[in-house]
Amino acid sequence: MALTAIEIYKYLPKTNCKDCGFPTCLAFAMKLAQKGAELSACKHVSEEAKSALEAASRPPIRLVTIGKDGRKVEVGNEVAMFRHEKTFYHQPGLLLRVKDSAAPDKVAQEMAAVASYKVERVGMQLSWNGLAIQNDGGDKAAFLAAVKLAQAHPELALVLMSDDPDTMAAALGDPAVAGRLPLIYAATEANWQKMAALAKQHKCPLAVRAGGLDALATLTEQVAAAGIEDIVVDPGARDFGDSLNALTQIRRLALKKSFRPLGYPVITFPGEKASSQEEEVLLATQHIARYAGVIVLDHFSPAMAYPLLTERLNIYTDPQKPLQMQAGVYPFGKPDPASPLLVTTNFSLTYFSVSSEIESSGFPTWLMVVDTEGQSVLTSWASGKFDAEKISKAAKNFKVEEKIGHRSLVIPGAVAVLRGELEGEFPEWKIMVGPREAVGIGPFLKQNWAR
Amino acid sequence: MPKVEAPVEKWRGRVQEVRLGGDGRKQVTVGGESTLPFLHFDGEIPHRPVIAAEVLDMPPADWAENVVSAWGDALKSPAAWAKKAAQLGADLIFLRLASAHPEQGNTSGAQAAKTVSQVMEATDLPLIVVGPDVAEKDNEVIVAVAEAARGQRLALGTVTDKNYRTIVATAMAGGHAVVAQAPMDMNLSKQLNILCCDVGLPKDSLVMDPTTGALGYGMEYALSVFERLRLAALQGDAMTAMPILCHAGYESWRQKEAKAVEGVPVSWGDQKVRSLLWEQMTALTLLQSGAEIMVLRHPRSMDVVRGVIDRLMARQGPVS
Ligand code: SF4
Repeated sequence: MALTAIEIYKYLPKTNCKDCGFPTCLAFAMKLAQKGAELSACKHVSEEAKSALEAASRPPIRLVTIGKDGRKVEVGNEVAMFRHEKTFYHQPGLLLRVKDSAAPDKVAQEMAAVASYKVERVGMQLSWNGLAIQNDGGDKAAFLAAVKLAQAHPELALVLMSDDPDTMAAALGDPAVAGRLPLIYAATEANWQKMAALAKQHKCPLAVRAGGLDALATLTEQVAAAGIEDIVVDPGARDFGDSLNALTQIRRLALKKSFRPLGYPVITFPGEKASSQEEEVLLATQHIARYAGVIVLDHFSPAMAYPLLTERLNIYTDPQKPLQMQAGVYPFGKPDPASPLLVTTNFSLTYFSVSSEIESSGFPTWLMVVDTEGQSVLTSWASGKFDAEKISKAAKNFKVEEKIGHRSLVIPGAVAVLRGELEGEFPEWKIMVGPREAVGIGPFLKQNWAR
Repeated sequence: MPKVEAPVEKWRGRVQEVRLGGDGRKQVTVGGESTLPFLHFDGEIPHRPVIAAEVLDMPPADWAENVVSAWGDALKSPAAWAKKAAQLGADLIFLRLASAHPEQGNTSGAQAAKTVSQVMEATDLPLIVVGPDVAEKDNEVIVAVAEAARGQRLALGTVTDKNYRTIVATAMAGGHAVVAQAPMDMNLSKQLNILCCDVGLPKDSLVMDPTTGALGYGMEYALSVFERLRLAALQGDAMTAMPILCHAGYESWRQKEAKAVEGVPVSWGDQKVRSLLWEQMTALTLLQSGAEIMVLRHPRSMDVVRGVIDRLMARQGPVS
């Protein structure tokens, strides 16, 4: 939680000695609150005050990093219960669990499928974050062999799952494995001292598992007291109802009650209680929207990965700065030079409603998207971001005349007034006024372009 | 002494209860919650969210192959379709009088009344009936339907800020409820509710359709509108407290991600799996944001989503 200037001021020496370069301690405190200065500029604060200030300015949910580079998972540090209040910032990691009891060639295949998967959406490359390797039968050698297979994919984030500290120690004994900074899963009431020691030794994040929030909070305090800061929690909830309850309560406790023992990202396993793959995906969907930091699934296929990655993208979009479409000329249904050309703004909601109407009309169409800084048609027109000059510039930039044989352009009905202006900018073009609402696009195309 | 005190939130407000369905027939009540979706530890959830099956009065022209084959011959008549939906466990029928559209047959009010009577003979589930979304035709067919189904307490639509007087008056005269649709904006939904209530519609006869965006197509906007409406309702604003209807089926299935079998990247995966997930994920996300009436298209989605609702409604013991 960010501290106010007054809260910070309480910790300062209040001598106004000016050594920090500010006229008074209060002025310095105000600058600190705005993050415009560093506490170290004051040489006179006591060690005690320093650590108190640091503790008080810690985020309510700790930011934890799993992995080093590539597709590392960085989760936590969220500040809102609802995305309209404040963006959800750190997208949950999506991982596939493989079990060391499975046939090695099958395991290797699954790992390769995860590593190579890529899909594009609204100009972004999306991929799966990593793997969790479960020590299933308790056999140390099998675990080490499975972990070794994962070394073929060093860019993936890794979770090592074994409740046996010896097996965990053996896996982390390989510097190449420990160097990937995997998440150690999990410290429990039975083994936490040893697991915490391993996490400390290898500087890896540590998952803490207990049944219920009371036991969980007790355990994280013990683990934290042992010097572990990067903690991920598992409240043991596995079904739709109990995980919705547990994750909501953990988030509330952290944000609203500043309850430190549960101020950590949460790990979930949506496949464990699912009675079908659809249910597994739906529970993962719930976990994306409702507060999970690391989501470990038991299945992977493109047909489930693509919608889940889309869900994550949607939920973690900044609600204040709506997703903007990249400006450009988009083809729908293999258009040719004779196909109609429509123009709209790059506000994603506008784009989505226009594109889905074109899509469902079945008409091959060109759609020119003009950069209006994410504003809708009327707003951007009113603010001068969607006018004849902008449109003609965009048409030139995107070399529209090379793609299209005809010379007619359809503008949104809501800005019919642009027509005259546009005819000035495009003397050889015919400017047509389209429907006011996107739903009218299908009938409009049918009326004007049916062959 | 427990270490963790459950962070319970008590709300002042409550979602408006709305009952649909006629005397002597199946009835469904939605709303009534005094908590956010499925958070049993904060308050009461007297009625579970319900699933409405989307039924058209004419065979659908452009539906994906895997939906068409799942319904089979039932698509040929709205009565058979509704009957099958009831057998598959739908709680409600959402009947769209598509054939009344001037370009889809321009069928009359008399025809609409007949269709609704046939559907009501085929199943005793409550009905939501909407026109083709063309104002004059909506008014024509809905007036006829309301008359023919007097006392059956249908939900009639679609009411918008540009076209509400006729449908609201008709609903009031026939003892029906209405579905009021506003374009994805909390305040516009609230204003429309106020308009309807100002002309005399009782608060318990109104269902909100705040507009749905499918996964990847504005779902997060719909989610935030639903959540803000619900939070306002729980904080005591009665004009945002109406139950929410959501078109996860219609909005998902018109997207390329649900429909396209060919000509899409390999990384999109098998269309049969992807399309169902598209509908189900949209539905679940928006159920958890506040939807009470979920309109779905594929029988399998109805089944899966109902199973998930069951599990979310099962009261959990205390977490801590
Ligand atoms: S250096 Fe420290 S004590 Fe001196 S004025 Fe600045 S804040 Fe105050």
